[in-house]
Amino acid sequence: MKKKFLYLGVLSGAVAFLAVSCFKKNGVLQSQSGSEAVSYNFDIRPILSDKCFACHGPDSKKREAGLRLDLAESAYAKLKDGKGVAIFPGKPEQSEVYRRITSADPSYQMPTPESHLGLLNESEIGLVKKWIEEGAKYERHWAFTTPVLPAVPEVSKEDWPKNEIDNFVLRKMEGAGLTPNDEAAKSYLLKRVALDLTGLPPTVEMQKQFEADKSDKAYEKVVDQLLAQKTYGEKMAVHWLDVARYADSYGYQDDEVRTQWPWRDWLINAFNKNMKYDQFLMWQIAGDMLPNANKEQILATAFFRNHKYTEEGGVIPEEYRIEYNIDKTKTFSTGVLGLTVECAQCHDHKYDPISQEDYYRMFAFFNNSKELGFEGDISQTKPAKNPIMTISDEEAKTLLSFINRPDTSRLMVSVLGDLDTLRPTHILNRGSYDAPGRVVTASALPAVMRFDTLKLPQNRLGLAKWTTSKSNPLTARVFINQIWQEFFGRGIVKSTGDFGMQGDLPTNPALLDWLAVDFMNHGWDIKRLVKQIVTSATYRQSAKVTDEKLKADPENIYLSRGPRYRLPAELVRDMVLSTSGLLNPKIGGPSVKPYQPKGMWEAATSGRGTLRTYQQDKGDALYRRGMYTFIKLTVPPPSMIIFDASNRDHCEVKRSKTNTPLQALVMLNDPTVLEASRVFAERLVAKSTDIESNIRSSFQAIVCRQPTDKEVELLKKYYNEEATMFSKQKDNAAKVLNVGEFPHEAKADKVRAAALMRVINTLYNMEETITKS
Amino acid sequence: MEKPIFDYGVNTTRRHFLSKLSLGLGSAALGSLLIPDLFKGGGGEPDVNELMAGLPHFAPKAKRVIYLFQNGAPSQLDLFDYKPMLNKMHGQDLPESIRGGQRLTGMTANQAKFPLAGSIFNFKQHGKSGAWMSELLPHMAGIADDLCIIKTLNTEAINHDPALTFFQTGAQVGNRPSFGAWLSYGLGSENQNLPGFCVLLSRGKGNGQGVYSKLWTNGFLDSVHQGVQFSSGENPVLYLNDPDGMDRTQRRKMLDNLAELNQGTFNDFGDPEITAKVQQYEMAFRMQTAVPEITDMSKEPESIVKMYGPECLVPGTYAANCLLARKLSEQGVRFVQLYHQGWDSHGGLPTEIKGQCMDVDQASAALVTDLKQRGLLDETLVIWGGEFGRTNYCQGTLTKDNYGRDHHPRAFTVWMAGGGIKPGMVYGETDEFGYNIVKDPVHVHDFHATILNQLGLDHEKLVYKHQGRRYRLTDVAGKLVKGIIA
Repeated sequence: MKKKFLYLGVLSGAVAFLAVSCFKKNGVLQSQSGSEAVSYNFDIRPILSDKCFACHGPDSKKREAGLRLDLAESAYAKLKDGKGVAIFPGKPEQSEVYRRITSADPSYQMPTPESHLGLLNESEIGLVKKWIEEGAKYERHWAFTTPVLPAVPEVSKEDWPKNEIDNFVLRKMEGAGLTPNDEAAKSYLLKRVALDLTGLPPTVEMQKQFEADKSDKAYEKVVDQLLAQKTYGEKMAVHWLDVARYADSYGYQDDEVRTQWPWRDWLINAFNKNMKYDQFLMWQIAGDMLPNANKEQILATAFFRNHKYTEEGGVIPEEYRIEYNIDKTKTFSTGVLGLTVECAQCHDHKYDPISQEDYYRMFAFFNNSKELGFEGDISQTKPAKNPIMTISDEEAKTLLSFINRPDTSRLMVSVLGDLDTLRPTHILNRGSYDAPGRVVTASALPAVMRFDTLKLPQNRLGLAKWTTSKSNPLTARVFINQIWQEFFGRGIVKSTGDFGMQGDLPTNPALLDWLAVDFMNHGWDIKRLVKQIVTSATYRQSAKVTDEKLKADPENIYLSRGPRYRLPAELVRDMVLSTSGLLNPKIGGPSVKPYQPKGMWEAATSGRGTLRTYQQDKGDALYRRGMYTFIKLTVPPPSMIIFDASNRDHCEVKRSKTNTPLQALVMLNDPTVLEASRVFAERLVAKSTDIESNIRSSFQAIVCRQPTDKEVELLKKYYNEEATMFSKQKDNAAKVLNVGEFPHEAKADKVRAAALMRVINTLYNMEETITKS
Repeated sequence: MEKPIFDYGVNTTRRHFLSKLSLGLGSAALGSLLIPDLFKGGGGEPDVNELMAGLPHFAPKAKRVIYLFQNGAPSQLDLFDYKPMLNKMHGQDLPESIRGGQRLTGMTANQAKFPLAGSIFNFKQHGKSGAWMSELLPHMAGIADDLCIIKTLNTEAINHDPALTFFQTGAQVGNRPSFGAWLSYGLGSENQNLPGFCVLLSRGKGNGQGVYSKLWTNGFLDSVHQGVQFSSGENPVLYLNDPDGMDRTQRRKMLDNLAELNQGTFNDFGDPEITAKVQQYEMAFRMQTAVPEITDMSKEPESIVKMYGPECLVPGTYAANCLLARKLSEQGVRFVQLYHQGWDSHGGLPTEIKGQCMDVDQASAALVTDLKQRGLLDETLVIWGGEFGRTNYCQGTLTKDNYGRDHHPRAFTVWMAGGGIKPGMVYGETDEFGYNIVKDPVHVHDFHATILNQLGLDHEKLVYKHQGRRYRLTDVAGKLVKGIIA
């Protein structure tokens, strides 16, 4: 049975059903239409999974009455007590399931009151009833079926689509009675695409050029220019650093420094070289096992070694060795497969068909590492833990020349490397390192795709091949979804880290599949994918929203407007530094320690190790991009965390997007922002005394558009008031300018500079400034 | 489905709350920092977690918690759990039958012998319950009738990081929300100008173990629920102080101009996030006044200073943090989490523990008394304790008056006061070696379940669905410790 439901979107008759009725308030797609057939995958499984599978699902140990409702055979079979069947296809009244979900008797009804799962609501009961009436047909979970290329749907507004993405999006929109927004004004569009592709706002020069270029190809030209910049690799790396839980220290108690940054340099370079995604994964999963593996391929495997590592005296090494492998398994499953498998550490998965045995078979791929659980306490610390790859001066000049070294000394990186003799992997009872059960061999999750041991070696190389097979139903979909999320703020599957049965359903399944298959058919080409997205009409829409649209589609699931989101933490910093002219554009190298509120590391340290005190950097190291800020795991950089950056404790595929007073305080009082305002103001004042032109220049640089007259008037008034005040209190002007270590502009008049600094600081605090809109 | 938020009495729903906002009451203040999902970004309808309907689940006994965490693990055997048998058998090996296969840390695993070490400190019984306490705790002894001393806490973890993480997040590893974040999520904040979850750090002279922001993390909950760390430095809260040369009038003027600019953007784009942003700036402005007011100890009366001890005027000390905790709690801060480092006495315990007790004894007792005098102890739950206990046998060389103790997870002492917990009682018993529990064990999960219960929350119902799973602070375990509930 081929998941026909997925491609209903392309069958003209059924389009309206999917498009109109699939939208629920909380963003989960669900059919609410009475006249159309009920879909198991879209309508029923979410209900059964949420309300029933905990006791009647894949977990054999928690299964009640021997009944599974996730499998047709079991659901249709005679019940254990001999009284009837759980589901009688066609006959709800004769189905025990239906009788129990509609019962008011607490001793009989399901879910039981003790489960705290809550009863089904009326519409859920209606759906189950209808589904049973229609034959109670089961379907394979959508994400576990190999995607096939759907036909590109036809749309009525034929002149709108710029590429296939738009046909899929517009089809949905039209079904919902929505129409797309106009294309965003050039200034907004440029800011949006520059931030999305390079993480930096467009320079004033770029803004002027783009504004002046009236050709049809103006936008595409800009896109190509941006894609060719080295900053593209930096921007793309930010998300993958979250996936890879990259940090500059070991975590745990004493939290000493480690040097995984050469891997970060590799990552940036890989994106800039446009390494294909299958190869990108292959190297990171099993680069060391490739025939005649070179050091670049081995370096890529450091991806899996960014996990925390204990240096606490007195630990039991095996407990931690297991913990590190659990972390690797999680990183692989969440980051690459979009599945949460952790539950199966201790018991069979309650919702997805992943048994505890499946879990440990996957875990086994990582369990043959030469890694130790403990290499001594902090007094014996090293910047990398076994297996270690060293990088000589010579190698860093040749094969690994993308590494940006501070000096010529030898580098050490923690990488993957396996033992010669296989270490047996046991199923660990209750997930506990000291309760080994049966021995299992390595294999990937059978529910996703068979791991053919005749064709694939039972090691990480086999896992890498399995992962990058075009038949793997998850790899491409999950990556596409992550990339989509980067551009639109929300994945096509909202639960980026869970494509399993408890995860959200795709809001536009045909689009996701089309993108996934197209991506694989074109050689897993990441830049091509990115270009497809940013050149689509969908992406280029204005982000303006009317009350009606906000009401009809608050989360912008139908994409009838452009994305509008506050910048990620690192990019807030980049915005401030680049627009003020302070940014040090150096790429890669060891992480740096910019300004940080005093005493944070000191208050939390054990008193041991080189990171017990914060040694702030000097000079141009203060002005590096946010992604290079040193991450000490136990005390991650506060201004980043306040803006929802990952704490890098574990693999993270989606950041939250909050809006808090602490963020306001950062923008108002962080010396980084104040110094940028000061430096920018001094430069402008030294060059020109024309207030209006200074305001206009700073506005355009920071907000990335020309100010309206009203805005100019307001800012001029503010400037004049502040200038008057400062001219009466000259000492105060000097005080205000006394922020940051960057040298002062001697020629700048202090009163003017201080007043303009206030204006510029206000611009940095504008909502629009740190928002792509 | 509407999710009711905070106020016990007023069953305020989110929509109602938002409508109040739009009416311009501006009541959100910082409270919204901690109101579930209220200002979640992304412009759309926030995720409504249907599982969270009807909070609190029942009438709470406690409204607030102050958790005095003794980081590094104080020795229960030198403070609360009086075991004369250890003095009698001083120097003799711990019988293997008592150890019963308990796994050992790497620090003592290779020790050839496990000589029992009796405490060198004198114990006496105090209060109506006759609770034993050592001479190191004269002030706590004085409030014995207010305390519920639990001698039978137990955990699985034997190392600091996992043990501490377990106490704070309900799991030894992983990026789960901390206790305070759960409460912020479940109950919101009572105060409009202060964060609902505050963290205060101090350090003693004893062997220290670090703390880490993971302990007050929001985990997978929205980051509005993370603990806000107060510091004794220039900025009581990060980035709170305006820069030099910026007075309140000037800041106000700047924010007014900013609001006007943002209003222009809103008129253009219609994105409600913009309005929310303006509100956040207003809250930040109010917080700039509220926080320094509360951290200013200079106006405290002589009687208070005397009660907490003179150190309470030295910012960053445990005593100062206890006093600050009382003030924050009094203002409605839901969860105040203190950490006092320095209890990890693997060697030289008698000297180290004296210093630690000097730091904490008076101020801990003062906090309870102070709350009581203000009529707040009934609705405030105070908790005192570490992440595990210490062994009855000596680590390192044992002499007549010097010894060290390793980590002991099987039984250790924690006390609680107020918040609907029975006062003046001792709960649970350990064997004569102080090694195993013989009566009424309280596991970490049970401890969490009971605290949540006092706050009106059913630990099985305080859930958050993340990546397909319903998570709880108590994971899949936890039983109410009914014997300590008043």
